[in-house]
Amino acid sequence: MSDRHLIRERDDAPITAARDIEPDRALSAESVTINRPARELYDFWAHPTNLVPVMENIAAIETIDATRSRWTVRGPGGHEMTWESVITKQVPGKEIYWQSAEGADIANSGRIEFRDAGERGTVVRATIAYDPPGGTIGKLIAKLFQREPRIQTRRDLHRFKQLMEAGEIATSARNRRQRDARDEDQSATHELEEQPA
Amino acid sequence: MKAITWHGKHDVRCETVDDPEILNPRDAFLRVTSTAICGSDLHLYDGYVPAMKPGDVLGHEFMGVVEEVGSASTLKKGQRVVVPFPIACGRCYHCGKHQYSACENGNPADKQDIGREAYGEPVAGIFGYSHLTGGYSGGQAEYVRVPFSDFGPLVIPDDSIEDDKVLFLTDVLPTGWMAAENCNIQPGDTVAVWGCGPVGLFAVQSAFLMGAERVIAIDHFPHRLELARKFGAETIDFEQTKVYEALQDMTGGIGPDASIDCVGLEAHGAFADNILDQIKVSTFLGTDRGHVIRQAIVATRKGGHVSMPGVYGGFIDKFPIGALMEKGITLKTGQTHVQRYLQPLYTAIAEGKIDSTFLISHRMGLEDGPEGYQKFHDDQDSYTKIVLKTGGLKAAA
Repeated sequence: MSDRHLIRERDDAPITAARDIEPDRALSAESVTINRPARELYDFWAHPTNLVPVMENIAAIETIDATRSRWTVRGPGGHEMTWESVITKQVPGKEIYWQSAEGADIANSGRIEFRDAGERGTVVRATIAYDPPGGTIGKLIAKLFQREPRIQTRRDLHRFKQLMEAGEIATSARNRRQRDARDEDQSATHELEEQPA
Repeated sequence: MKAITWHGKHDVRCETVDDPEILNPRDAFLRVTSTAICGSDLHLYDGYVPAMKPGDVLGHEFMGVVEEVGSASTLKKGQRVVVPFPIACGRCYHCGKHQYSACENGNPADKQDIGREAYGEPVAGIFGYSHLTGGYSGGQAEYVRVPFSDFGPLVIPDDSIEDDKVLFLTDVLPTGWMAAENCNIQPGDTVAVWGCGPVGLFAVQSAFLMGAERVIAIDHFPHRLELARKFGAETIDFEQTKVYEALQDMTGGIGPDASIDCVGLEAHGAFADNILDQIKVSTFLGTDRGHVIRQAIVATRKGGHVSMPGVYGGFIDKFPIGALMEKGITLKTGQTHVQRYLQPLYTAIAEGKIDSTFLISHRMGLEDGPEGYQKFHDDQDSYTKIVLKTGGLKAAA
């Protein structure tokens, strides 16, 4: 056996998909392709209050100042958790970095990137690192309630895609009563301007 | 409103449920006038499709009159519309490629997890067809909420064209058409069609319109074979005849140039693989009964096409992957991109090029829907297609 078998070069795949990633390490990434220009998507995301209808578990987002906002989420068992989020870096039209301020119920940080994808639109990629409440047990509880961050991120990105492409967030409820019973976060579906097909 | 609801295997009911409402800007609210029971509804009836919930409103073949519209709908109150079964937004990448049944924007994000687990990607939203496809209330009801109403529905401008002529634009006619299109038919070709239900019978008509010289239709229901013969097909009754041997002989030892599986996951017949499949399905070792797709691949000529409009949901084993590869067969399948075919097929109906009503065997009132399911299930020979009319049977006259 030659030495070259001992050192394996890292491949080109994202690290968040690595086999040897620690299973309880709360780092995840999800991508979605949205058939709209990067700038439009970035502008939407740059105003955190826009995200309330997009994010399933978010109860409220209040703007504090240009870089700071207060987020309240519905956790397992209806328990509300809150933290202050600080935008630490922004590249207009391209990416936004954030980090939770000291003392957050759920310490988290992340990045959202908007990469031009030509005729397919824009690849939107969210990378999120967080400390789950109560460590591993908290994460297990969160999983039981389907609030596992990775699934949550994926659903949120797809709601974002629906809103930006179709102009509305899909619901299969038959009427308001059914929608409310299902606890879908659709109450404030935004109406966008007419888009070219 | 009255609606046909699912409660379990062989248990559908006509119940009073609360009415739909406009929820999103692009929605329309329809008063359903005609709705059909689809062969694929029988897969739900037989309990083959997972992710059904008691009380789900069935039906993905329906048409009606616009009663109310959301602020972004382009439909107008009083218009008659035919509604495609896939719920497609018309604005995403897939819709831009005219692959409407691949649109993800109609399937709510929290319902997409099941499809991703099962198939690697979420499926499109479909009316009344389980929570895998969104959990939408279907159109076997007096009223229905239709998302993306500015894009999907086709307005029928001519009031003299009755419902029964255009109702099948919702699913079975475009499905038979796309099934034939997927065969890449060349002049002189012979096409074999397994299953002479509505999709198969439309596939027979479509294949001839696309230039097939011969179509060979395979089934075991005499009445259905008779209908296929009426459109010029030669027939094989698999209870009388060995299908592979017959196809070989009828095609000069070459095999059909293309084969269409219009049966899907509930193949009939006492064939060894079918019996094994049934045991596996009933003991949860498998999900789908795949006799037809196996036979179609083995029977088709080298370099030919196999088109699979029939619904499959999970797994089959004994899949003849060797035959597929060694013979260089092209396999094409998928849920129908109905929106792509609405206008051209409407024109073909209006010009009398396609007979779209021959297959209706029974018209019933909506409230007789449960009986319709049972009859359609138990007596597929005489019940080729059931159309349900709201407002009782008088509306059917």
